[in-house]
Amino acid sequence: MRKYAILLLLCSSLSFSQNCDYSLSGKVKDLHDGSVLSPAIISIKNDGVKVSTDTNGTYFLSNLCKGKTYRIEVVHPECNSRFFTVKISGDTRKDFKLEHHLEELNEVILTGKAYAIQSKTIAETKVSSDVLDRFSSSSIAAALNSISGVSSIGKGNGILKPLINGLHSSRVVIMNNGVRMQDQEWGAEHAPNIDINSIGRLSLVKNTAALEYGGDALGGIIIAEGLKVPLKDSIYGKTTTGFASNGRGGVLSTQLTKSTEKGWFTSLQASIKQFGDFESPGYILSNTGILERNASFRLGLNKINFGMEAYYSFYSNNIGILRPSHLLTAADQIRGQNSDIPLIINDFTYQINAPNQNISHHLARLKGFVNLTGLGKLQMQYDFQKNHRLEFDVRRGDDRDKASVDLELKTHTIKIDLKSVINDELGLKSGLMTAYQNNYANPFTGVRRLIPDYDKYNIGAYVIADYQPKEDWYLEAGLRHDFTYMDAFKFYKTAFWESRNYGTLYPEIVVEELTNQVLANPIIRFHNTSASFGIRHSFKKNQLYFNYALSSRAPNPSELFSEGLHHSGARIELGDLSFTSETGNKFSLTLEQKSKNFSYSIHPYIHLISNFTLIEPIEIEQTIRGSFQVWEYRQTEAELIGLDVDASMQLYPNLSFKHQFSLIKGYDKVSNKPLISMPPVSTKNELVFHNPKWNNFKMSLQSEYVFKQNEYPNNNFEVYIPQTETMETVDVSSTPEAYHLINFNTNVDLKFSEKYNLNIGFGVANVLNNSYRDYLNLLRFYADDLGRNFLLNLKINY
Amino acid sequence: MKKANYLLTLFILSVVFTACSDDDSTPLPVNEEEVITTVTVTLTPTDGGDVVTLQMTDLDGEGGNDPVYSDPAVLTSGTAYTGTIELLNEAEEDPENITLEVLEEAEEHQFIYTVGGNLDVSLGYGDFDNNNHPLGVTFNLSSGTASTGTLTFTLRHEPTKPNDNTLDGAGGETDVEATFEISVQ
Repeated sequence: MRKYAILLLLCSSLSFSQNCDYSLSGKVKDLHDGSVLSPAIISIKNDGVKVSTDTNGTYFLSNLCKGKTYRIEVVHPECNSRFFTVKISGDTRKDFKLEHHLEELNEVILTGKAYAIQSKTIAETKVSSDVLDRFSSSSIAAALNSISGVSSIGKGNGILKPLINGLHSSRVVIMNNGVRMQDQEWGAEHAPNIDINSIGRLSLVKNTAALEYGGDALGGIIIAEGLKVPLKDSIYGKTTTGFASNGRGGVLSTQLTKSTEKGWFTSLQASIKQFGDFESPGYILSNTGILERNASFRLGLNKINFGMEAYYSFYSNNIGILRPSHLLTAADQIRGQNSDIPLIINDFTYQINAPNQNISHHLARLKGFVNLTGLGKLQMQYDFQKNHRLEFDVRRGDDRDKASVDLELKTHTIKIDLKSVINDELGLKSGLMTAYQNNYANPFTGVRRLIPDYDKYNIGAYVIADYQPKEDWYLEAGLRHDFTYMDAFKFYKTAFWESRNYGTLYPEIVVEELTNQVLANPIIRFHNTSASFGIRHSFKKNQLYFNYALSSRAPNPSELFSEGLHHSGARIELGDLSFTSETGNKFSLTLEQKSKNFSYSIHPYIHLISNFTLIEPIEIEQTIRGSFQVWEYRQTEAELIGLDVDASMQLYPNLSFKHQFSLIKGYDKVSNKPLISMPPVSTKNELVFHNPKWNNFKMSLQSEYVFKQNEYPNNNFEVYIPQTETMETVDVSSTPEAYHLINFNTNVDLKFSEKYNLNIGFGVANVLNNSYRDYLNLLRFYADDLGRNFLLNLKINY
Repeated sequence: MKKANYLLTLFILSVVFTACSDDDSTPLPVNEEEVITTVTVTLTPTDGGDVVTLQMTDLDGEGGNDPVYSDPAVLTSGTAYTGTIELLNEAEEDPENITLEVLEEAEEHQFIYTVGGNLDVSLGYGDFDNNNHPLGVTFNLSSGTASTGTLTFTLRHEPTKPNDNTLDGAGGETDVEATFEISVQ
C-alpha cells in the first residue's frame, strides 16, 4: 500500500503571540463501522507537519497554538481525503472519520455520521461475524439471540423470530439491504424470510428512535446488510459448508463478487439448507425437517458523487411443523399435554409432510444517490416485494394436498431521503416514503380466510436533526408522521358480526349478506405521529446515552380482521375492527465503557404502551369436532421495565470472560396482571480462550441459564371430557422449569496462500444433552426442545 | 453489463405490471369443503319398530353459533338396533356427504363409541376397513335395562389401528365429537 501525505495549514490569524504548547490527538476511524484506519496521514500544510497514525489508529499533533483554527487534511490510501477544521482551545481530542472505499452504497453516508441508522445517541449492537458463521445453518433469530435483551419466540427451531425487550412481530422492523421486510410478520409463527448466509453485517437497535425506517418499531430495528464491495479490480468469494448432527443436515452457501476500479460491481450469492427431523434428548421430533433455497444478485455502480444499484433476492423454504403438535380440539390438546412423550414419534426422515409451511419471498430493489453540492446526499429507492405463504394442514379427501392458508402479499415502496450537513455541528436528515400493499387470500383453499383481501396505502415523512455542540456532547431529535389507508374485503360469520354489534356500529360497510356470512368492506385510516430525542455524553472512557422515543403503530390486519379457525394455531382467533393505534413511550439509558481489559454496557429502560394489543385465550367454544380454544385480541395499557447487562473482562492475555444478563417485567396496568409471553430472566457466562498466534485459535465454553418465568397470567380453562365425564383443565398458561445449557465452540483460521484461507469451526450445543422446554416456543406443550448438537463449519475465502 | 441491467429492468417492470393487474371485483366466498355441519345417527330396531334419530348441526361451522342438538332420545329396553352415522356438509350449496370420504379413507378413520352416565347399552362395530380393522360408520346397539346417560360418537382421523376401541387407545385427531343424551325405557 502506498502511503502519502498532503499537508495543509490555513492559519486563520497570524498572531504569534499565542501560547503554542497545545496538542491535538485522537483516532482515525472508518465512517461506517468505526474500525480504526491505519496508516492514515494527518497533515497541517503551512507547518509542514505530518504525522501518521499508529497501529491503533491513534495520531498525535503537538505545538499547536491556542485560539487558532487549523485546517487539517486526513488521508488514507483506501479513502477519499477529507478536510477538517479544528479550533484549538487547549489540549484537544478529536476523532476523524473517513469514508472507507471498502463500502458499497448500501447506506448513504454523510460526513460525521456513521451508518445512516446509527444516530449517535443510540447504542447499537452488532452480531459478530464469528456468531454469523456459527449460525450459518440456523436462522437470523438464533444469531440475534447472542445479544442481551434479545430472545426468540416461535414454533420449534424452524420457525423462530426475534423478540427484543419483550416485543416481537409487527413491533420489530427488519431492514434487509435497505428494504423494510413485508413478509406477513404479524404472527409468532411467521419467521423472517431472510437467508442468514446473505448477510454480511447484522446489527440491532433496541431503541425505537431510528425514525427514518419507521415510527412503529416499538421493539427495535434489525438491520441486515450485504457484504462490502471494494472499489478496485478484483474477483473474490467465499463458500461455507455447515453440518449439524441434530437434524442430520447442513447448509451449503457460496458467494462471488466482481468489482472494478471504475466502481462497477456485481455479486451473486446462493445457498441451500436441508435438515431432516430434529431430535430432543429422548425422542425424534417428527416432521421438523427444513428445506431452504435462496439466491441473490446485485449489480451496481459506486462513485463518490453518485451511484446506483439493482438488487434482487429470492428466498424459499419448506418447514415441517412438529406432527404431534397438530391437535385441534381442547380434549386432544389435553391428551397431548398430559403425555410424557409426544403422541406421535416416527422414524427419522428428511420427508416433510403436513403440517408444514411453504413460503417464498421475492425482493427487488433499485436505488441511486447523488451528492448535490450545497444540499447534501439525495437518495431514491424503489423496492418491490412479493411474499407467498402456504400453510398445509393434515386434511381429508380431495383437500389433502391443498394449502389451508394461501396468502400473497405484494408491496411497492418508493423512498426519497436527503441527508445534509448544515455545518460542523448541525446535520439534518429528512425523507418521504410512499407504499402500496395488496394482500390476496386465495378463496380456493376450502378454509375461510383468516386474513382478508386488502389494499393498503402508506405515506410517511420524517425529519431528524443532530447537533454536536461539543466533542463530548451529542444531541438528536426527530419527528415522523405516517398516514395509512386500508381498504379491505372481509367475510364475517353472521353470528360474530351480530355478537360484536358491527351491524349497528358500521352499517355502511356491508356489501352483501350471505347465508351465514356477511361480506363487509371496512375502510380504515390511521394517522401515526412518532418522535425521538436522544443525548450522548462521553466522559473519561464512558459513554452515556439517554433516549426517549414516542412510537405509534397502526394495528395490523391480523389484529383488526382475524375471525375464525386458525388451523396451525389450533384455535379460533378473533380480532377487532375498533382497534386504534398502539402508542409507546420509551425511556432508556445506556452506560457503556469499552476498554482493552474491561468493557461493560448497562441498559435499563421503561416502556409505557397504551392500546397495547395482545392475543390471549379467553374461553372454549363448542363445535362439531368438540371444544376449541378461542383466542381474542384485546388492547390494554402495558408497562415494560427491563435491564440488559453486558460485560467482558480480560483475565489473562489470552483468556477473557463474558457475561450477559437480561431481565424484563411486563404488566397489564388495567387488570394488574403480568403480560403473556414475556421472556424469563436469563444469563449467559462465557470463558473465551483466544490466541492469534496459533492460527487465530479460539475456544469458548458458554453457560446459558434461563430462569422459570414466574409471572404469567392464568388463562387456563376447563373442558368436558365425555369418556371420563369430568371437567379437565387445559393448561395454556403455566411456564416451563428453569434450564441450563452448556455450549462449546472452537475455530481456527488456516491460510494457504495470500488468496486462500480456510476457517474451521467446531461446536457442540447443549453439551450435557439436557431436556428442556422454552416458554416462548409454542411447541412447549407437546415436546422437549433440541438435544445435543455437534456442528462443523468450513468456510473458504478466495 | 448493459444487457444485464436491461434484463433486470424488464424483470422488475414485469412484476410491477402483474402486481397491478388485480381487478376491483369483490372476493369470492370460500367454499368450506371439509367442514362437517351435520351429524345424524339413525337407530333402526332390527325387529321393526320406531326409528330413533339423533342429530347435531352446526351450519356455520367452527366459531360463530354453537351446535344445535336434537331432543333427548328414548330407546326401548332389551332391543337390538342397527345404527348408521351420516356426516353432511350443508354449508355448501349442494350439501356434500362426508361419510363417503370417510368410507373411501376407511384405513385412516375410526368411530369410537363412548357410553356415559348410567346408560345401559352396548355397541359393536358393523363395518371394517380393508385391513379388517373396525371403522364404525355402521354399528349394532343393544339396549339393556331402563337407564339414562350419554352416548358420544367420536370420529378420529389417523388413529393407531388396530386399537382397543377407546379414545386413548385410538389417538389421532378428532374430526367429530357428538354427545347425545339418551334414556332407555
